[in-house]
Amino acid sequence: MLKLFSSLLTKIVPVLLIVVSMPALTEQGAQTLPGANPAINLGEPMSEAEIAPYAITIFPDGRNLPAGQGSVAQGAALYHAQCEVCHGESGIEGPAARLAGSDGWFSFSDPLRALRIKKYPILLISVGSLWPHVTSIFDYVRRAMPHYAPKSLHNDEVYALTAYILHLNNLLDAQSNLNQVNILHVSMPGKERSVSAWQDK
Amino acid sequence: MKTSHIRSVAGGGLLDRRTFLLSGLALSTSCSLSAFAKSGPTPKTIGTSFPGWMKTPGDSDTHYGQPSAHEHAIQRQLANAAPEAALFSVWHTPIENQRGIITPSGLHFGVHHNGLPDIDPQKHQLMIHGLVDRALKFDLENLMRYPMVSNIHFLECAGNTAPNAVSLTPLNQSAQELSGQVSGSEWSGIPLKHLLQEAGLKPKAKWAIVEGADGGSHARSIPVSKLLDDAIIALYQNGERIRPSQGYPMRLFVPGWEGNTNVKWLHRIELSDKPAYTKDESGLYSDILDDGRIQRFSFHMEVKSLITHPSGRQVLPEKKGYYEISGLAWSGRGKIKQVEVSADGGKSWATAHLDGPVLSKSLTRFTIPWKWDGRQSTLLSRATDELGHAQPTRGQWRDRYASHAFNHYNAIQAWRISHDGMVENSYA
Repeated sequence: MLKLFSSLLTKIVPVLLIVVSMPALTEQGAQTLPGANPAINLGEPMSEAEIAPYAITIFPDGRNLPAGQGSVAQGAALYHAQCEVCHGESGIEGPAARLAGSDGWFSFSDPLRALRIKKYPILLISVGSLWPHVTSIFDYVRRAMPHYAPKSLHNDEVYALTAYILHLNNLLDAQSNLNQVNILHVSMPGKERSVSAWQDK
Repeated sequence: MKTSHIRSVAGGGLLDRRTFLLSGLALSTSCSLSAFAKSGPTPKTIGTSFPGWMKTPGDSDTHYGQPSAHEHAIQRQLANAAPEAALFSVWHTPIENQRGIITPSGLHFGVHHNGLPDIDPQKHQLMIHGLVDRALKFDLENLMRYPMVSNIHFLECAGNTAPNAVSLTPLNQSAQELSGQVSGSEWSGIPLKHLLQEAGLKPKAKWAIVEGADGGSHARSIPVSKLLDDAIIALYQNGERIRPSQGYPMRLFVPGWEGNTNVKWLHRIELSDKPAYTKDESGLYSDILDDGRIQRFSFHMEVKSLITHPSGRQVLPEKKGYYEISGLAWSGRGKIKQVEVSADGGKSWATAHLDGPVLSKSLTRFTIPWKWDGRQSTLLSRATDELGHAQPTRGQWRDRYASHAFNHYNAIQAWRISHDGMVENSYA
């Protein structure tokens, strides 16, 4: 990466120098150095205040988590009111993605699993078993759920729904409250199983 | 006809690929592949006098052309109609009707996780922020002034051909139903490196979280090295502005990588030191291996091929007739080096002709002449790319992945020909 950056610097700096030393780009076109990209510079600067409303990505280390809190009980009420219609009464019936339990064709805890999969193949996989980071649940629920009204939930409601999904997976007990600090104490089973196919050069 | 030029090159009736060229075949028994049909043969008599359209003036043309009304059956197909289909929808391209390596834009496959947003280009902008020296925004008017490149590439969904990955027995489906999540286009746009250089990458910027402006704000984490290599902000597809189904007004295009990473309706790029583990890289677009481990960030679509003519649910119109076998091969790693075809279930193979141009990370058309002997047989195609990677058998692929894994399926496709000419999906 350092090598990449230094090679970028060698390309950018001369271009910047030329642009600075010229009064303006002429109609005939600016001079460019061999191998360097033209310095177009049509991007407009953005302030932090301008970026903030759009910067919704939450990272696994907790970066960008908003302040807030919600309980498993509050999450259960929200779930039955807004989520059950797609994810099923206990988060495993579909038609939308399975929220709880293991992935695969069969399981002792859900004898009807094979029939459910036949109806909705996406139920082969499960948020509870595959997702490696709890922050991804908060991130996705906030940006995309419920499917028919994305971005309609407040941060406290998103914490509550995240808590309820964790509870469905036996990762949080029924009396729990989840907030921006203790959410990072939850360890997802999918993390242990993860390997990466990407090896950066 | 000079029969001396018709040379058998492998079992099952595969002929020298120069057969048609050398002999100038004018065989009464030869059948064009357009003759493959789901229904019976069409009448061969066209009448004995000028048809009506040769005796009247023609109609006026239109502002935006459409295919002939006689081709109305050539349509995309909505797969897996589920109650939530309007929001999570999968549209398959009729790949067995395509010739050449370019898919018509209106027939390009589409996988939409949150429906199609109706974006006003005047109110759309691209933001680049995070680990950069200068956070920047670009409106379309400004972006249009940047240098652009055009390249022909395939695009394939990670889940293409999933039925053959997970079904215990081969489903009797068409090529469109099984493998209609791959298409080829010329994509034009701005190399992303121009914009990243303008923003100035900080040394720790190794990943970019790339996000769309759809209802679900689809997002994927992409390594910066790919963005500086051959990624573009695609603004045009096949010479016109990309369509809503493909990300209007702009999408990320990362050649050779799984479709889901080519973020449509692109509006935000956040540079980061680490990936975000977005929804799709956490679950649906990970690969479950045979030992239960979950493989993530398997971006490349590996070498794959498919005989499209003939293919599933078609009927060969004539026993012991001549046909041209034709198909498509592609690799997310580079160019196709070779495609071999077998007409006897893999006992013998012959090298197919690669129809030019053979381009990197692009659909490549292959052909080979064939005289069907009228008996039950199985057609296979096996592609090798310029890195020397060859397609696995279905058994080899299955050994690597869990029984419920369905992404990145690239095993050899087999089409079984019954004695009465029916073509069926097979695991042979």
